[in-house]
Amino acid sequence: MATTPNPLSQTTLTMTSTTDSEAGAGSLRARLFHPSTRQKLLAFASLLALVVFFSVANDNFLQIDNLVSILQSTAVNGVLAIACTFVIITAGIDLSVGTMMTFCSVMAGVFLTYWGLPIYFGIFAAIFFGALCGWTSGMLIAKLKVPPFIATLGMMMLLKGLSLVISGTKPIYFNDTPSFPQISQESLIGDLIPALPIPNAVLILFLVAIAAGVILNKTVFGRYTFALGSNEEALRLSGVKVDFWKVTVYTVSGAICGIAGLLIASRLNSAQPALGQGYELDAIAAVVIGGTSLSGGTGTILGTIIGAFIMSVLINGLRIMSVAQEWQTVVTGVIIILAVYMDILRRRRQ
Amino acid sequence: MIKRRALNIALGLSFAFGASGIAQAQEIYIPLVSKGFQHQFWQAVKAGANQAATDYKVKVTFEGPETEAMVDKQIDMLSAALAKKPQAIGFAALDSKAALPLLKKAQAAKIPVIAFDSGVDSDIPVTTTTTDNKAAAALAADKMAELIGKEGEVAVVAHDQTSRTGIDRRDGFVDRMKSAYPKIKIVSIQYGAGDQLKSTEVTKSILQAYPKLKGAFGTNEGSAIGVLNGAREMKRKVVIIGFDSGKQQKDAIRDGQMAGAITQNPVGIGYKTVEAAVKALKGEKLPKIIDTGFYWYDKSNIADPKIAAVLYD
Repeated sequence: MATTPNPLSQTTLTMTSTTDSEAGAGSLRARLFHPSTRQKLLAFASLLALVVFFSVANDNFLQIDNLVSILQSTAVNGVLAIACTFVIITAGIDLSVGTMMTFCSVMAGVFLTYWGLPIYFGIFAAIFFGALCGWTSGMLIAKLKVPPFIATLGMMMLLKGLSLVISGTKPIYFNDTPSFPQISQESLIGDLIPALPIPNAVLILFLVAIAAGVILNKTVFGRYTFALGSNEEALRLSGVKVDFWKVTVYTVSGAICGIAGLLIASRLNSAQPALGQGYELDAIAAVVIGGTSLSGGTGTILGTIIGAFIMSVLINGLRIMSVAQEWQTVVTGVIIILAVYMDILRRRRQ
Repeated sequence: MIKRRALNIALGLSFAFGASGIAQAQEIYIPLVSKGFQHQFWQAVKAGANQAATDYKVKVTFEGPETEAMVDKQIDMLSAALAKKPQAIGFAALDSKAALPLLKKAQAAKIPVIAFDSGVDSDIPVTTTTTDNKAAAALAADKMAELIGKEGEVAVVAHDQTSRTGIDRRDGFVDRMKSAYPKIKIVSIQYGAGDQLKSTEVTKSILQAYPKLKGAFGTNEGSAIGVLNGAREMKRKVVIIGFDSGKQQKDAIRDGQMAGAITQNPVGIGYKTVEAAVKALKGEKLPKIIDTGFYWYDKSNIADPKIAAVLYD
């Protein structure tokens, strides 16, 4: 199947894809009709269609202010979804991303507010503890052979509890670190182009996405991530330290959750210890809408980002149209099912 | 702009939606961003707001996040509400500090903010429509004391220890007991997150630990039902006092399993919030706090039209 090529070698990948997609046609046509390109085009077209629809439906939708809030509301879910993408490509799942994010923001609060350390320590703490949590999940899964669903379910609860314990169930405010909210709320782009006050959180989302895309597509680590998902046994037989790479995948994913923790804490100017549960499902939904298969072996960061934007545009647009909240949830559910079904249809056709 | 208009025509939808857009612009629009929407309490607030919307001929929308922990989701809602260029806005903050940048934006745009329920911890709102939760819980303490003969052990099953309503109702009850009824001892204060199942478990463990317990106070609908279930499952007779209403709680009061409950006036909160917004738009001066009231209800007065009007299923 072209969608789950053996990624062990880049040459096989290119070969299988070319033969599968309308062989014999011109190279441009072949590339345009390449399944993964088509998937991205489809997702992007859906996003565009949503934007056009809402712009027409309500004048208040296509306003700079509103577009900026859509971008801002995507930042946290987008970064979490990127973290999930790595894990889902390995055919794993991470249910702990939401509460892990919260735990990281609480740890940033401990370093900055409780201990009064400079801001860089807070940033370091969030990313470090994210990586540590991810590493723990990875060890549970790779070494102790606990199924990912269970291991991360346990981590989800454990981290939620720890966040509440450490914070004493109260939000930790960052009032002593006035520069902390700027991480997310200030606008470097707005300083250059005053008409576009896009908050830094969005900039960070795109930087994380680019970095994740490069890691996934241009490094050995990335190639092994795909291989873990499509054929773990083959990878093991070819002498690769499967356990080590699996732990690394979860560690990287955890570190990215740490960045999400920074973004949300900085946006709220506080670490909210009770928050986080339920966010993992939004992240997984974004990944799935973006065309990454839960059975592993395929997936793109670009798809995930588009998936995250489809979700936030949809919710924002329905709100702007004053659609009743009950119905907003119904529509979101339908869109998720539709997105996955279209993906299945496309695969079947090949 | 031009591009957008071109799209309008291209899609042939411009007429239908364009017309509704104009209609919207003419009437006064007041979005209410609350702390929740699924719970029956919020549905009653919504009903009150809709009633006021009809009376004052304004347009009202009502939204809130799925759980009271989702601070960022609520901020997204507030931000979308502001994008709709409302004339006024009703807001019940989950975390006032986190919402401050948007509230400042509303202030700068001269959009009056009416705080409701637990309110907004800031001086930006022109007024707050709310229940005096401390006084309401003190009334629950008085009723409890009366029912158990002013002595013995009682427990509190609260919905949480961080929110304003959770703290006020717990403290209102505890302080009143301590100051007015020295022979009553509060042996346990536990938290069940307002979740029926969790509150049931919490209640059972309290009943297990205190065999002589005479009464228990559940600080919101979920907590009260939890206390009720816990006592039923343990087959224990204790005086149960609840808070808010809901079908289960009303049934339990009617058949005597629950002694009574305090009800806020959620319909009134919704109504007065919209009314205050309309008055603020007319430039009328408003008090800093609009008390929406609370009532004690039990078997004897549950059918009273004045009480029945503020209870919800």
